[in-house]
Amino acid sequence: MREFNYYRAGSVRDAAKRLGASGNAMLLAGGMTLLPALKMRLNEPGELIDLAGIDELRGVKLTRKGAHIGATTTHAEVAGNVELRAAVPVLPHAAESIGDPQVRNRGTLGGSLANNDPAADYPAVALALGATIFTNKRKISADDFFVGMFETALGRGEVVTQVLFPKPQRAGYAKFPNPATRYALVGVCVAQFKTGVRVAVTGAGASVYRLPEFEDALDADFSEVALDGLTASAANLNDDMHAGADYRAHLVSVMARRAVSLALD
Amino acid sequence: MTGGMGIGVSAPRTEDRRFITGRGRYVDDINLRSQQYAWFVRSPHPHAEVRGVDAADALKMPGVTAVLTGADMQADDIGPLPVAWGITSRDGSPAFEPEYPALATDRVRYVGNPVAVVVAESRTQARDAAEMVNVDYEELESMSSATAAMEEGAPLIHEGAPGNMCFDWEWLPAAMAPDARSNTDKAFEEAAHVVSLELVNNRLAPNAMEPRASLADFNPATGQLTLYTTSQNPHVNRLLLCTATLKMPEHKVRVVAPDVGGGFGSKIYHYAEELTVCWASRRLRVPVKWTAERSESFLADAQGRDHVTRVELALDADAHFTGMRVDTVANLGGWLSAFGPAIPTVFYAPLLAGVYRTPNIYVTVKGVFTNTTPTDAYRGAGRPEACYAVERAVDEAAVQIGMDPAELRRRNFIQPDEFPYQSPVGQLYDSGDFEGCLDLARELNGYEEFAERRRQSQARGKLRGRGMCFYIEACGAAPSQAAGQLGARAGLYEVATVRVHPSGSVQVLTGAHSHGQSHETTFAQIVAERLGIDFGNVEIVHGDTGEIPFGMGTYGSRSLAVGGTALYKALDKVEEKGRKIAAHLLEAEAADIEFTDGQFRVAGTDRAVPFGDVALAAYVPHNYPLQELEPGLEETAFFDPENFTFPSGCYICEVEVDRQTGEVELCDFVAADDFGNIINPMVVEGQVHGGLAQGIGQALLEHCRYTPEGQLLSGSYMDYCMPRADDLPNFVVATRCTPTPFNPLGVKGCGEAGAIGAPPAVINAVLDALRPLGVTHIDMPATPQAVWQAIQAAQSGD
Repeated sequence: MREFNYYRAGSVRDAAKRLGASGNAMLLAGGMTLLPALKMRLNEPGELIDLAGIDELRGVKLTRKGAHIGATTTHAEVAGNVELRAAVPVLPHAAESIGDPQVRNRGTLGGSLANNDPAADYPAVALALGATIFTNKRKISADDFFVGMFETALGRGEVVTQVLFPKPQRAGYAKFPNPATRYALVGVCVAQFKTGVRVAVTGAGASVYRLPEFEDALDADFSEVALDGLTASAANLNDDMHAGADYRAHLVSVMARRAVSLALD
Repeated sequence: MTGGMGIGVSAPRTEDRRFITGRGRYVDDINLRSQQYAWFVRSPHPHAEVRGVDAADALKMPGVTAVLTGADMQADDIGPLPVAWGITSRDGSPAFEPEYPALATDRVRYVGNPVAVVVAESRTQARDAAEMVNVDYEELESMSSATAAMEEGAPLIHEGAPGNMCFDWEWLPAAMAPDARSNTDKAFEEAAHVVSLELVNNRLAPNAMEPRASLADFNPATGQLTLYTTSQNPHVNRLLLCTATLKMPEHKVRVVAPDVGGGFGSKIYHYAEELTVCWASRRLRVPVKWTAERSESFLADAQGRDHVTRVELALDADAHFTGMRVDTVANLGGWLSAFGPAIPTVFYAPLLAGVYRTPNIYVTVKGVFTNTTPTDAYRGAGRPEACYAVERAVDEAAVQIGMDPAELRRRNFIQPDEFPYQSPVGQLYDSGDFEGCLDLARELNGYEEFAERRRQSQARGKLRGRGMCFYIEACGAAPSQAAGQLGARAGLYEVATVRVHPSGSVQVLTGAHSHGQSHETTFAQIVAERLGIDFGNVEIVHGDTGEIPFGMGTYGSRSLAVGGTALYKALDKVEEKGRKIAAHLLEAEAADIEFTDGQFRVAGTDRAVPFGDVALAAYVPHNYPLQELEPGLEETAFFDPENFTFPSGCYICEVEVDRQTGEVELCDFVAADDFGNIINPMVVEGQVHGGLAQGIGQALLEHCRYTPEGQLLSGSYMDYCMPRADDLPNFVVATRCTPTPFNPLGVKGCGEAGAIGAPPAVINAVLDALRPLGVTHIDMPATPQAVWQAIQAAQSGD
């Protein structure tokens, strides 16, 4: 870790202003990715702007539109939220599968989405549910938000404030964890809406992506059997010491079926 | 009289209060006035010439005191890191032992090889400056695998080792030399069945919870050097510092290994970093501290295993083992670690008989240099590799001839009436009841009901498999003369001093070192039992050469069998002297005094004096036989064992495999061990659990992986997969006891058993689950991807 300046922001406006003014400041939410990166000197910001003191960024609210979750709401808060468990159970289920208790008590929804780790769990849920990401400047649909590996549509001085997850008719998230990190080696989220089925995959590629063929099949018949004969392409999938592209492609179809099965449970 | 905490009681650990409340005192907790911090500049290349080190920019950085290099070290006449065990090749030539400088002088041979050290006022300053040290490397061709290093035309790592061969060794123990090879070949010619397997024993990183750390403090006024270091054997460290590397008189050096958070072998050796901070402190006249980051531990701690082995087993028509051939290639890394050449040879080959009566065994081992971190002892050290080869071959034989694996083992067991048993590979097994252990394990496993469990798993869509392993290992290293004949360059006895205070409480100074083994508890139980005093009145002191006369430290499950026996012998002397003092106090003959329950008593009378009164008389000798006895009550014993001890046991485990994902779930694990007598059952159970976790880690999760050129891929916990609690089932552990006759406590050792027996048990279970799909082989670790690939290959007929 190198020396850096620490700033505890009092409001979103304050944080955004500070972020926009500085050439090399970064936002600190839970720090579950950022702090290890600092220790490894993979990231060397001049200033960290801590969002922990901003109450307006935290909390879960259910409306007719769906679940509004504040950006610094922790995974543990999502996992343990009783109303969410009843209304959008796939969210607490996915949050529960993230990391370990220490990570879940520190890590935040907004931090996870803004980081867009290719193996993170939340991006798959956000994309499958067609979430809307609210920032201090605008709102961005999940389809436009995730741009590439560790890359999002967020601009300079932009702070994620909350995320709206529409309530699906049913949804499931199935994850095959990396044995070492427990990140998703492959995670698939399947969500059915009146308007159609959305299937999103994390862990397998450079960034979270949708599977149109699987969506079409499930639109016609929302069942595991509907996916018979469908395979995911191994082209451009991640290839590392834990899983080659072939194995990941295979896991995509297995996890898709399991996600459907969970959704039907 | 023992406070209820004598031998055989699960006494709560004395250590726990300070560890659980965060009051342990580890090396990094020790801070000295004016101390500075070292940061090592390490090679980013697997293999390179070092053409120059330019420290000009680094020296300009804030807080920097010095940048020191290998050339500076040479100028100060610092010796190379020593090899502690010499091995002789089959042609009679000695193994090639390169001179291993703590800081590279002309060439680096693995990623992480130290090149220079920066000393600065803060850790961050030292690290920042280290990034500014410019090393001029000329990269050389390199390779990480031993097989590749043996190929013709492979880049040469050491000029003195053609073909990268450190040694080409065969094992011909005196008992059957020189006919082992021809006799074994003959057994294969006459065999009814022959099994042949090629096995990879995966490389592991030791991962002690506390990373290595050293703090050196040279006092220029007295010329005294104190080194606080994470060591399993501080006295040996001091000996090597004084005689081989730093070259200071032993009375001027004190080495303290305070609380140490795990070792598993990785903290045995005299490492480059601790030598460098000692030298830097002496040179710069300030205390210098280095604490490894976890990333450094992955690069710079000696790693374990890394064998490729061809094992063949010959059987006659009645399924008796008649011969075994083992040919192993061992990856030693870029340099030799202290015991690097010994682990894959003399700690390996002599265990290849297993628990069986196989009469003819021939073993060859090639030790090969590669561009990787040096390998050395890791929990089990040679014995897990031997057990894996034997037990995989035995299971394969059972499959091949269609016999129950338990029955095949039973048919070949050494029988209880054959002990002490001389094995054809040179060990004299002390005791054992293999059939008893097998029966115990079978009962705990519910051996007969397996088919039903398999059916239930199948109903859930899972493939169930069961695997078995029978291990035997040599602990209690070692008879010094036998070790010397095998190439050891040190004695392997142990030392204990029992200091009885005037008020009757007792301090024990032991040369064994506890870094998780619970000596403070178990050794105190031995004293309480022997002297009949309260457990709370005994203090065990370890890990400080300034307090303890001498010691060889803790590794190879030796502490109790060797260190505990030294303590026992010192207690004999205390008792003997106490008897004479008591005889004087009671006006009787010493021969008539008996000592029980803390009372010296005139046999057959009620005249007695308690131990505490005898102690007081020894220090206040007003009424004392001063003409015959010195005052005081303090005794020291050195114990050099007559033989190793041989724990053994039967492990049975069951797994469920998800054939869609390749995931292996451990459902049940039964361990039936024979450790001889047991001092503290809870502590033993804890050791078994820890060993099993590491053995299961090797079988399913852990793998130190390099690129073919030698860049470490698994350099953090993002890629190196440690076992977690939820990877493990609830272990069912039980013991049978056949006491060893080779020490008076009858104890054998339990620290490594789990790590030795678990890997073959798990892999045999995985293969048992997968055989119905046509899978016949899998290497460790059996990760989900590896299992899935094996299934794919079998199904497609590859």
